[in-house]
Amino acid sequence: MTQLALVIDLNVCVGCHACVTSCKQWNTSGQAGPLFDDHPYDKDPTGTFFNRVQTYEIGEFPNTETLHFPKSCLHCEEPPCVPVCPTGASYKRKEDGIVLVDYDKCIGCKYCSWACPYGAREFDEKQKVMKKCTLCVDRIYDQSIPEDRRKPACVISCPTSARLFGDVHDPESEVSIAIREGGGYQLMPEWGSKPANHYLPRRKTKMRIHEDELVRADNPLKKEDIRKEKSTDVTLDDWLM
Amino acid sequence: MHPAFSVIFLTTLIGVGQGLFLALFSSQTYSIVNVLPAQPGGYYALGGLIALGFLAAGLVASFFHLGHPERAWRSASQWRTSWLSREVIALPLVMGLLFLYAVVNWLELDADLFGWRLHGQVPLIVGALGAAATLGLFLCTGMIYGAVKFLQTWATPLTVLNYFLLGSASGFVFAAAYAAFKAPNVVEFYAAWAMVLIVAAFAGRAAALLRNARIKQVANLQTAIGIRHSKVQQRAMGFMGGSYNTREYRHGKGLAFLKSVKWIFLALVFPIPFLLLWLGLALGSSTAYVAAFAVQYVGLLFERWFFFAQADHPQNLYYQVVG
Repeated sequence: MTQLALVIDLNVCVGCHACVTSCKQWNTSGQAGPLFDDHPYDKDPTGTFFNRVQTYEIGEFPNTETLHFPKSCLHCEEPPCVPVCPTGASYKRKEDGIVLVDYDKCIGCKYCSWACPYGAREFDEKQKVMKKCTLCVDRIYDQSIPEDRRKPACVISCPTSARLFGDVHDPESEVSIAIREGGGYQLMPEWGSKPANHYLPRRKTKMRIHEDELVRADNPLKKEDIRKEKSTDVTLDDWLM
Repeated sequence: MHPAFSVIFLTTLIGVGQGLFLALFSSQTYSIVNVLPAQPGGYYALGGLIALGFLAAGLVASFFHLGHPERAWRSASQWRTSWLSREVIALPLVMGLLFLYAVVNWLELDADLFGWRLHGQVPLIVGALGAAATLGLFLCTGMIYGAVKFLQTWATPLTVLNYFLLGSASGFVFAAAYAAFKAPNVVEFYAAWAMVLIVAAFAGRAAALLRNARIKQVANLQTAIGIRHSKVQQRAMGFMGGSYNTREYRHGKGLAFLKSVKWIFLALVFPIPFLLLWLGLALGSSTAYVAAFAVQYVGLLFERWFFFAQADHPQNLYYQVVG
């Protein structure tokens, strides 16, 4: 069974919001119609986005670290938002595990958004339906796009390649290897929703140097003192010199 | 959560309707075995229609909650998994049975179905079915909120219990007011049970308040973003003008407002109607019963507002600081 997902490397993300804008651009231009925007160039702009980049401060000055945290639908393997939908508009695709909303069936009761602990769903105030990240389902299977670009818009646009896309059920896929070898983790695992998207932690390359490695305590020349006695035998060096 | 008035009116109005029907049906059941004086069929029929009116008003209110009310028929399809879908089925079912109950009583249909040689067996059957459906509807309404496990304020059997007790209490109070005009010889029955239900509802609601005051949140900011550090603060939520996430999950009022709403509903739903019912019983005043219902219903609006406002959604962990 395939489970498409994103793996987001927090060690690489610089918080540039390129994924946010490219996501909005792609998803506002698709068949589903524009994503709602209210006062986009005015005071208090608001609108529906599938992807947000947040910033957190870890620690206390002077030992602080900045974390840029992209946040979108995690395409849970046990999506709590799906069984609560009264119309069946909210569903999880069997073939690739993408959690989607059928905008033509959605009655806009917002119950699914209450049932998502991550706040991944955003209501479209204009179309009056619930919307969410589709993993660019209208892009990743599009035969008219070159094969290497059949990826979600956020993945394509990321300038630091912090976002990986693939099948997390295939143990040899790029994303599975990244999760396995890079310490990939899930958000709020305590709810048991099994998010498919994973995050790779911040990493620091450190070398542990012991003191005896800095001070040469056991100089082999001093220990064995091979200079004490010179050989009187004729060596190969004598011939060459 | 942000309390939506459509849902506040839906849940309080259908609560009154369901409680009123349970009150009518129980008094009719008692009268069949001559515990209470029997009333003419028209009394139950009119009462049933009033209960139907409350349910219909609730149904109308619920449509204001929907983005696409014209597609509401679709919401009956997922009854296998969704409590909301089950409620969508249960509500018209109760309304249909209530209508049938009113018709059966209006026409005073009777037949000796069980060979008991007692009158009123047909309304008894229809009413029993209606009562079962009514209890089912209480369960559905409560479970819509009780089944969302990460809304820990709601995820307790007390939620279902309180929907039942508060709805029944308000319905019995209304029944007392209705009987004060239409059937004065059974007012005491309704008023006494209303007082019992008010005490029970107070116990249930107080238990929920105490539980929620001591609730231990499962999720925190550390698990939300997966960083193990005791000092983690949000510096930017990613936008400045607000979004659905900042509007839907917060009540937007201060702590003092929340607290005052709590004390207002605790006064209006429980002690004041209780005293007014007692006054009604002592003085035989129909005005006291009407006042008891009016005060309690206003109180229930406050109660429901507080019920929604108090629930803290874990997604709020991601939306704390604008930037």
